[in-house]
Amino acid sequence: MIPVCRIEDLPEGESVRVEAGDATAAIAVFHTDGAYYAIDDTCSHQDASLSEGWLEGCYVECPLHAALFDLRSGEPTCLPARQPVRTHAVTVVDGMLYVHPAAHTVPGEPARTAPEEAVA
Amino acid sequence: MTTVATVTVVGASLAGLHAARGLRSQGYDGRLVIVGEERHRPYDRPPLSKEFLTGEFPTGDGDPGEGPGRLALTDPEEEAELDAEWLLGVRAEALDTAAGEIRLAGGRTLRTDGVVIATGATPRTLPFPHPAGVHTLRTLDDAIRLRAALRAGAARVVVIGAGFIGAEVASSCAALGLDVTVVEAAPLPLVPQLGEEMARVCAALHARGGVTLLCGAGVAGLRGGGRVTGVELADGRVLPADVVVVGVGVRPAAGWLEGSGLALDDGVRCDQGCVTALPNVVAVGDVARLAQPGTARTVRAEHWTSGMLQGAVAARNLLAGSTVEPFEALPCFWSDQYGARIQYAGRRAPGDTVRVLEGDPADGGGFLAVYERDGMPTAALGIDRPRPFTRLRRELARAPQPAGR
Repeated sequence: MIPVCRIEDLPEGESVRVEAGDATAAIAVFHTDGAYYAIDDTCSHQDASLSEGWLEGCYVECPLHAALFDLRSGEPTCLPARQPVRTHAVTVVDGMLYVHPAAHTVPGEPARTAPEEAVA
Repeated sequence: MTTVATVTVVGASLAGLHAARGLRSQGYDGRLVIVGEERHRPYDRPPLSKEFLTGEFPTGDGDPGEGPGRLALTDPEEEAELDAEWLLGVRAEALDTAAGEIRLAGGRTLRTDGVVIATGATPRTLPFPHPAGVHTLRTLDDAIRLRAALRAGAARVVVIGAGFIGAEVASSCAALGLDVTVVEAAPLPLVPQLGEEMARVCAALHARGGVTLLCGAGVAGLRGGGRVTGVELADGRVLPADVVVVGVGVRPAAGWLEGSGLALDDGVRCDQGCVTALPNVVAVGDVARLAQPGTARTVRAEHWTSGMLQGAVAARNLLAGSTVEPFEALPCFWSDQYGARIQYAGRRAPGDTVRVLEGDPADGGGFLAVYERDGMPTAALGIDRPRPFTRLRRELARAPQPAGR
C-alpha cells in the first residue's frame, strides 16, 4: 500500500504519478467521473507517462500517440496501443489516498479488491 | 465493392499494416496479400534513432535473426486475425494497372484487383560515394548496422543534417558518450517546420547535450579510402570522424511505379481520400501525395500519425470504389532529443506569429507555444508540456482551419 496524497490535493480531472518502489513500475492515479483510478503509468505502446495524458470520463489518452485506455480495465480502446496496462486498487483512509499495487502480474485482469480494513 | 477478390498491400510498414487492418475491420473478407521489401514483419521506426541506438531495449530485441522484438507492430494473434499472405523480403518492381498485375523481383507476378501503395521513402544520400562507416537510418537493418558501428569503438561521430532524424541520432550518440558534431547546410535547422524563433530554441538543445552544431556548413566530400576518416566541409575544414550519419531527408519510394500510368510527383498523386486516378489503387503514408481541397496544393506528410491514420481512410475508399471519406487529420509529429520531448501539431505557415503560453523557451525547462494567424491558432508546439499540449492539439483539431492550409 503506497500513500499517494491527501484527497484535496487531487481534484476532479487531475492525475498524479507515484513511484511504486523498485519492484513495480510507476503508477498513475486519476480522479475523474467522481472516482479514483490507478493504472500503470507507462503506456503499453511506447514510453510515455499516462499521468500526463488527457482525461475524458473514464478514459485517458496517451500524450504521445493518442492511444486511449479505459481506466476501469486498463484495456486500450484504440490503436496504436494493443496491450492493456495493469490496474491497481485505490482506497481512501482518513482523507488520504492509497494505491495498492496489483498482486497479479497479468495485465488487463481486474484489479484485486482492496483489503476490507483499508477501505474507509 | 463486390468485384474485389484480391487486394495487395505493397509495403509492410506502419501505413501498409494499418491499411490492411482497415480493410479487414471494414469487412473485406477477400484475399489479402502484403508485400514487404524488408525481411521483417511490420515494426515501429521511431525508436530506431533513440532507445534502439542507446541500447535501452533488452538484448535480443531487433537483433539479426530475432526479428523486431518489442518494435513489432503485430503479434501472432493479430496476424491470425488479419489472415494475410505475407511476402517478405520481396521487392515490388512494377505495377501494370491495365493487366491488374504487380511484378515482383525474381519475375513473379501477382494478380490483384485492388492495390494499396505503401512503399514509404528511402533516405537521400550525398552526391559522392559513401565509404564504409557512413550510414543512413531508415530501416531496422540500418539501425542494427549503425548500432554495431557505434559500439565497435567509435569515438567521433559526425551527423550530416540537423533535421529530426539527425538531431535524434546526435542525441543518442551523445548519450553513449561519443564526441558528436552536427553539420547543417542551412543557416538554422528546422525553419520550414517550426519558423525561425522556435527553430532557434530547438537548435539550442544540441548544446544542452554537449553536441557541436555547425550551421551554414556545406559538405564537400568524405575523407578516407576504404573507411571514412572525416568529413570535408565546403570551407576547407575537415571534421575527423569514425562514423558518419547522413540524415538529409528522404525521397518517396515511387520509382517502381514509373510506367504504371499513375501520376508521380515527389510521391504518388492522389485525391484527399488517398485514391489515385484509378479507384482501385490507393496510396498511404510517406509515399502518398494528397490533394488539398480548394487549393492547388498537394501535401506529402512524413509523419508517423499520418501513416497510421491514412490506412483506415484509404481502405474505406478502396472498398467503396470512390472517395467517400477524406483524410483530414491534423498533422502531428514529435521528437525526443537530449532529454526533451518536442511535440508539434497543426499547419503553421510562413508569417504566422508565435506566442508562448506556458514556461520560458529561454530557461530550458520546457514550454508551450501557439502559432497564430489573424488571431486564430494554426499550430501548437510543446517541449516537455504533454498535457497542455494535448489540450491545445485537441482544440486545434476541432477548430475550423483557414482555407487552403
